[in-house]
Amino acid sequence: MSFLALFRKELRSYFVSPLFYVVAAVFFCLCGFFFYTRLIFFVEYGFGINILGNFWLAFLAGAPYSISMVLLLVMPLLTMRLFAEEKKLGTIELLLTYPLRDRTIVGAKYAACAAVLLVLLLGTLGYAVYLNALQPLPWTPLVSGFLGLLFLGLSFIACGLFISALTENQVVAAIGTLGILLLFWVLTWNEAATGPQAMRVLAQVSMFDHFETFVRGVIDVRDVLYFVFFISFFNFLTLRALESRTWRGR
Amino acid sequence: MIVVDHLTKQFGATRAVDRVSFHVDRGEIIGLLGPNGSGKTTIMRILTGFFPPTSGAATVAGLDVTRDALALREQIGYLPESAALYPDMRVRAFLAFCAEVRRIRGDAARRRVAKVMEDCGLVDVGDRLIGKLSKGYRQRVGLAQALVHEPAVLILDEPTVGLDPRQIIEIRALIAALRGRTTVLLSTHILPEVSTTCDRVVIIDRGHIVAEDSAAALGRRVSGSERTLITVDGPSASVCAAVGAVPGVERVELKNGSGDGPASLIAYSATADGSVRKAIAAVVVQHGWGLLEVRPLSLSLEDLFVRLVNEEGTTPAP
Repeated sequence: MSFLALFRKELRSYFVSPLFYVVAAVFFCLCGFFFYTRLIFFVEYGFGINILGNFWLAFLAGAPYSISMVLLLVMPLLTMRLFAEEKKLGTIELLLTYPLRDRTIVGAKYAACAAVLLVLLLGTLGYAVYLNALQPLPWTPLVSGFLGLLFLGLSFIACGLFISALTENQVVAAIGTLGILLLFWVLTWNEAATGPQAMRVLAQVSMFDHFETFVRGVIDVRDVLYFVFFISFFNFLTLRALESRTWRGR
Repeated sequence: MIVVDHLTKQFGATRAVDRVSFHVDRGEIIGLLGPNGSGKTTIMRILTGFFPPTSGAATVAGLDVTRDALALREQIGYLPESAALYPDMRVRAFLAFCAEVRRIRGDAARRRVAKVMEDCGLVDVGDRLIGKLSKGYRQRVGLAQALVHEPAVLILDEPTVGLDPRQIIEIRALIAALRGRTTVLLSTHILPEVSTTCDRVVIIDRGHIVAEDSAAALGRRVSGSERTLITVDGPSASVCAAVGAVPGVERVELKNGSGDGPASLIAYSATADGSVRKAIAAVVVQHGWGLLEVRPLSLSLEDLFVRLVNEEGTTPAP
């Protein structure tokens, strides 16, 4: 009941702010750009080989990759205000003196941002639906890729929510989130700089490697667990950050 | 209704609140008076369950602020300092949200929202964005959100700060209308505020309680001595001497009058009745100077503190 009230309030505040529309516009434009250029690339250079048999490999597999990159850029902008703005305005004091549990507050904010993420991801499915009208697609691998994107986005939100709870400056929250996410993203990119032992460990931690499995059309329990752990861990940190008002300065 | 017992809050090396004890009875309006940074907001934040005290205990409506924080918040309506509200929400939607968070639903919620909007004079601005409202209206919205669930205890942090005189009077009337039904704890650093609205006053300075008394008794205590401002068209040195010689005047302080123009001075006297003023006027007239102004100066909050802190030093607090 109070969760729903809070959830609606959070969701509303996304859709009344110009920020969401700008972010959504940038997101869809960039995703559309990638979609178009990949399609052209495939049309130009994919001839000669079995086009439709190759279609998945050449085109669709790439789609979640490009979307994931754009997602990495825009999600910090959607999470930055969640707590930072309340702290700046002082409304956090209102919220924390209402009969609400901390976890209700965190949960409602998380869920509202997740709903926005869903809107963005469902929007990108439009490209696939369009293609499907021209030529039926193999949907199952695509579903796996989008599931990966969903987990990825939910992880971004968990991290962003935590950073937002640490500061009252939204720009600091966005930059901090982007930094952390980017680090998790590129952890295994430079194989020359890491020994084989370290690489094995890093590959376990790296977000990109776990995401890649989904994109290849494989849903592995280990990858699902990785994202579930990542999300729970950061939500746990967020709760501690919110709770810090009770023990800080003792 | 509110019992505060040896409450202490430590922020690092600073002790914001130091062994503060007081109580508020049901239906009473009590004022927390103190300069900025004296610990008023900290006490209020503890009482609303925002954060727990470092040591000591406090209960509101029989609920402990640390152990029963959630149940306690149901009983409290709180207006934070400078009425922090969501600027991108409309007044009615915001109040509906507050009611829903307090688990008031459907018809009951609509009724309550309509009632507080009427009580707080918000009917005309129901569909306006809170961010576009004037400070006075925002303060009223803040008060309305604190009242929406008919709380047993209302805690208001500086409810009239930044308002114009008419708005101040309106807010005071609103608070006074709650007398007897709702227990109100409000903070302020304006002295007349407490004497007009509050039944009792707790005065805090640097985390300590300096005095606790009814507003009337405090007024008597404060007006034990008086300062009188006198402006006289005459030679300042002789005016000072003459006024200083008036029986009842303890000390004279020259404010200006070094050059030309009227001399302005402050006379300190022990008694508060008009007799000293009368005598001063007579003396000035006797010397043939032009008497431009004689009026009692009300004691400022600073004077009150100095006085009370000194009192505290010499005699044990009641």
